[in-house]
Amino acid sequence: MTETTETIKTSTGRVLRTEEMVVNMGPQHPSTHGVLRLEVVLDGEIVVDVIPHMGYLHRCFEKHCEHMTSYQQVVPYVDRMDYVASMTNEMAYAVAAEKLLKIEVPERVHYIRIIMSELQRIASHLIAIGTFGIDMGAFTPFLYYFRDRERILELFEMTCGARLLYNYIWIGGLSHDLPPGFIEKTREFITDFKKTLKEVNDLLNYNEIFIKRTANVGVLPKDLAINYACSGPMLRGSGVSWDLRRDDPYTLYDRFEWDVIVGKGEMGTVGDVWDRNMVRQREMWESLRIIEQALASLPEGDVQKAIPKRIRPVPGDAYGRVEGPRGELGFYIVAEDSVTPYRIKARAPAFVNLSVINEISKGAMLADLVAIIGSIDIVLGEVDR
Amino acid sequence: MTAQEIHDILKAQFGDAVLEAKLENVPDPFAKVQADRILDIAAFVRGDERLQFDYLMCLSGVDYKGKLGVTYHLYSMVHRHKFVLKVEVPTDAPNVPSVESVWKTADWHEREAFDLYGLNFTGHPDLRRILLPYDWEGHPLRKDYQTPEYYNGMKVPY
Repeated sequence: MTETTETIKTSTGRVLRTEEMVVNMGPQHPSTHGVLRLEVVLDGEIVVDVIPHMGYLHRCFEKHCEHMTSYQQVVPYVDRMDYVASMTNEMAYAVAAEKLLKIEVPERVHYIRIIMSELQRIASHLIAIGTFGIDMGAFTPFLYYFRDRERILELFEMTCGARLLYNYIWIGGLSHDLPPGFIEKTREFITDFKKTLKEVNDLLNYNEIFIKRTANVGVLPKDLAINYACSGPMLRGSGVSWDLRRDDPYTLYDRFEWDVIVGKGEMGTVGDVWDRNMVRQREMWESLRIIEQALASLPEGDVQKAIPKRIRPVPGDAYGRVEGPRGELGFYIVAEDSVTPYRIKARAPAFVNLSVINEISKGAMLADLVAIIGSIDIVLGEVDR
Repeated sequence: MTAQEIHDILKAQFGDAVLEAKLENVPDPFAKVQADRILDIAAFVRGDERLQFDYLMCLSGVDYKGKLGVTYHLYSMVHRHKFVLKVEVPTDAPNVPSVESVWKTADWHEREAFDLYGLNFTGHPDLRRILLPYDWEGHPLRKDYQTPEYYNGMKVPY
C-alpha cells in the first residue's frame, strides 16, 4: 500500500494493516479454463496487477513440426493446439500452406471448409458462453449449449470419424467428402438450434444479475485493443468492425451475405465484458446464415483432386491467417528446399488476446477478474502450444 | 498501397538501412532491414500518415543456422495493406532492439522469441521466459539444440 493512504480503524479503534497482498489464482482454478496461473496483486479487494504465468501445457509443437517427414503430417499436431476448435486450426494451416505452395483447391472444397469452420465457430462459442455463464453463476445455459454442441460434434463424427481432433482439412483438399445425409442432418440441426439460441439469449444475456456482473467491467478501449493486436470477438466487442472473413477474404467468404457484429455498449460502456459476450452470441446467427447459404449452393466436385502427392515448396516463406472463433489465427511457414517445414510459427489468438489482461483488470474487483478471464475466452492448449 | 510503394517510402526515409527486398513473385513481399535500426523503422511505419501500420500481426524468431532472424508481419487497419520486415543478427550476439514501445503486442511475442531462440531484445521492460519453466536451460527452437537428459536432477524419459 502506498504511504498516502489514510489509516483505517475498526469501530473498536484498532488500526488495520493495509498492505498489498499477492494471491495466486490457478493453475488449478475453475475460472481459469485450464491450467493458467495468475499472480494477482491485491489492495484489499481491488486488483493492482495481474501477472500471468503460462506454459503448463507447453509441448513445443513448433519443434515437432520441424521433425516431420512431410507438410501433411503437421495437420494432426495443429489439431491439438486449440482443442475446442480444431477445424479452424486445420483451416488456417491449410490456407498458409496453400499460399506457400500456390495450390488452387476446387470450389466444393472451399464450400465444405466454410461449412465446417462455421459449425466449429458455433461449437466453440457455445463452450465460451456456456462456461462463461457458469463463471457468472448461471448453470442452466451451459447444459442447453452443451446439448446442442454435441449435435455439431455428431455431424463432425459422421463426416470424418472423430469428435474433437479431426485431421479432416488437408493441404489441397479434405480427407473425406460429405457423407450421405449430412446436409439434411445439418438443416435439422439449424432449425432446432435457432430455438435454443433465442431461448438462452433471453435466459442469460438479459438476466438482471448477469448484466450487473458484466456491464462496465473490464472495458477495453478501441486503440488499446489494436495496439495489443487483439482480434476476433475481443476486438469487435470494442467497437472495431473488423473481420478477416470480410476484410481479408480467404477461401470464398466474399460470396455469402452476412454481417460483422460489433459491440455497441448497450448495457454500459463499449468494450466491456457484456459486449464481448454478446458479440459471440450474435455471431452464431451470422454463422448459421453462412451455413444455410453454403448448403443451398454446394457445388459438385472431387474433394481430393488438388491434394499434392509430394510437397516440396520453393524456398521462401508465407503467412496465412483465418478468422477463428477467438480471432486471427495465423501460421507463418518458412520453407527450405526440403519436404519438411523449416519453421512453423503459430500466431495463436488466445495468446495475443490474453496479453491485454493486465491492462483491463487494473482497478477491478477480484470477483470481476473471473468475468474478465471468461470474456477473453482463452484455450490454454493454444496459449501454451 | 502496393509493396513497391511501401518499399520506396522506406528506402527514401532510411536509405542504406533497408538492405534488400523481394517484392514480386513471393507470397508475402518483404524487406530486410538493419537490425539496430528496427526500432526507428517501426516507429516510423506506425506513425507515418501514408503507412500507418498500427497492427502487428505476428512477430516470429527464425534460426537460419549461423544467424538468427526476426520477422515482423505488419498490417494497417486504416489503409488495409500489409508488409513484412525482416532482420538478421549473428547467433553469438543476438541483440535486436525491442519494438514493445511501438506495439504493445510485441511484449509477449518477444518474450516467446527470447524463450525459444535466445534472442536478446534490448530495451524490453520484462524479458523473461514465458512458455518454458523459468529455470530451463537452453533455447529449444534453435537448430543445434540438444535435448537435455536431466531437468533439475530428474532424468527426462523419452
